[in-house]
Amino acid sequence: MIEARGLTKRYGDKLAVDDLSFTVRPGIVTGFLGPNGAGKSTTMRMILGLDAPTAGAATVNGRRYTEHAAPLHEVGTLLEAKAVHTGRSAYHHLLALAATTGISRRRVNEVIDIVGLREVARRRVGGFSLGMGQRLGLALALLGDPTTLVLDEPVNGLDPEGILWIRNLLKALAAEGRTVFVSSHLMSEMALTAEQLIIVGRGRLIADVSVADFIHNSSRQTTRVRSPQAAQLRDLVAGPDVTFADAAAGALEVRGLGSEAIGEIAARHGMTLHELTPVHASLEEAFMDLTRGSVEYHGVTAGELAGAERSAE
Amino acid sequence: MSAATVTALHPSAEHDKATERRRVTQGRVLASEWIKLRSLRSTVYTLLAAIVMTVGAGLLLSAFMASQVAQPDPQHPVQFDPTGASLRGVFLAQLAIGVLGVLLVTGEYSTGMIRATLSAVPTRLPVLWAKAGVFSVVSAVLMTAASFTAFLGGQAILGTHGTTLAATGVARAVIGAGLYLTVVGLLGVGLGFIIRNTAGAIATLFGLLLILPTLAEVLPSSWAKHVVPYLPSNAGQAVMAVQQAPGDPAPWTGFGVFCAYAAATIIAAGILLKRRDA
Repeated sequence: MIEARGLTKRYGDKLAVDDLSFTVRPGIVTGFLGPNGAGKSTTMRMILGLDAPTAGAATVNGRRYTEHAAPLHEVGTLLEAKAVHTGRSAYHHLLALAATTGISRRRVNEVIDIVGLREVARRRVGGFSLGMGQRLGLALALLGDPTTLVLDEPVNGLDPEGILWIRNLLKALAAEGRTVFVSSHLMSEMALTAEQLIIVGRGRLIADVSVADFIHNSSRQTTRVRSPQAAQLRDLVAGPDVTFADAAAGALEVRGLGSEAIGEIAARHGMTLHELTPVHASLEEAFMDLTRGSVEYHGVTAGELAGAERSAE
Repeated sequence: MSAATVTALHPSAEHDKATERRRVTQGRVLASEWIKLRSLRSTVYTLLAAIVMTVGAGLLLSAFMASQVAQPDPQHPVQFDPTGASLRGVFLAQLAIGVLGVLLVTGEYSTGMIRATLSAVPTRLPVLWAKAGVFSVVSAVLMTAASFTAFLGGQAILGTHGTTLAATGVARAVIGAGLYLTVVGLLGVGLGFIIRNTAGAIATLFGLLLILPTLAEVLPSSWAKHVVPYLPSNAGQAVMAVQQAPGDPAPWTGFGVFCAYAAATIIAAGILLKRRDA
């Protein structure tokens, strides 16, 4: 169990994390979501005692991380991939960290097998791909058989097979009663892996919801209408619950009214429709709606980029 | 909630026992740093370089001196210190050993490894003690062995113009050479933690050891004679000189001053390591 209370981190005049409070419960995978620069990594580093909070505190299993006598046994962590000396082999990297807490060579070899790095374990980490680096990071996280896992973007750089493997691994670890806290900037990935979502933007808590609720609330529907009489139709369908999103000339994006109702209104007034399409917002779009305004770095073609990212997965 | 969930919320007696068994201790952190030191090719090569420089340069200079005294010029009789000639390689080896001390620390900062290390040992200071401890033992053993090798080889080359370990101050100077190199490396470890950047820490280390004494020469001579002998490298090298020049500190006094510089650096490193974000 992880508890953050009023966690705040200030760098100069910039608030990286702003009064963040949440609880991560055992037995489920909790996703920590937010756009890049939202303060996810800073929050995780504060939980792990690597960065000191400007205000507030975080505890893991009832104690501050730094107060645990055997931290690797309590909390398994994967920070950025390849926080590893590039000149050392994967085996010696794990062996050196295992030694700090008296973990045996047998266990080191065991976790190397769990993450599937046996063949490259004696090679220097400098030559590892990002995916291999992630697997090595996971091996370190599992080394002490911890009750809590804190993983920063573990699926970054993994191939589809690796992503599926990690998804199942995280679910299995949670099913054993462990606390699993995983950050990601990909809503689609978290929807498949996590049960609970903690969503942040610009260092602030935006939502702390179950994935089921998030999906339910975000599955609201838009209807795309194209008509030569779009402007008149807009006046006819307007109502207190109906909103319009931006759309090209001659088209409407209607929210709050189904396609059947719009079609019937159009028919009653004898209007020509060129298109009447129900559009379901994807989870990724719902996530972006939620975090819009809290995205740190806007590209000129942010929408196009996000689209490309989605289709690449 | 399943039984396992409850266990995780309220750590069981079994979990407590396992935690006790897996407690992080200074001894375990020492073992960890020992594995780190020997599992990097760069540290092994740098140590080899320091040994080769100590022995190789010592033998070369001894051979050169041997050839000088073999054909004496009656106008300019050769006056030289046979111990000093055979230990001359130390001045080269300090570059390698200083770099090694720095790299043991900054190698972790530049790769991000330090965050793995400090999350395994969140109280942090045991990492500093362990790095300093492992380095000291390895360096003291290897560098003292190297200085003895350089001395014995050098004296063999010098033959009748050489000296022996039994002569006054010689054994102390030879042991002192190994100790001087070790403390140079410890200064590097301390500066590594303070500066956390390889180039910056190396530049600072050699600025202190090599450039500071030269800069201090511009001081008024009434000051310089009190300051220059107590600058880090000058003070430290007193222990490896068989005969002290006038105005120089006594061998162990000088070495004590050098150790005090290193201790102050390590203490500053400890304070910063504890306070700063990793």
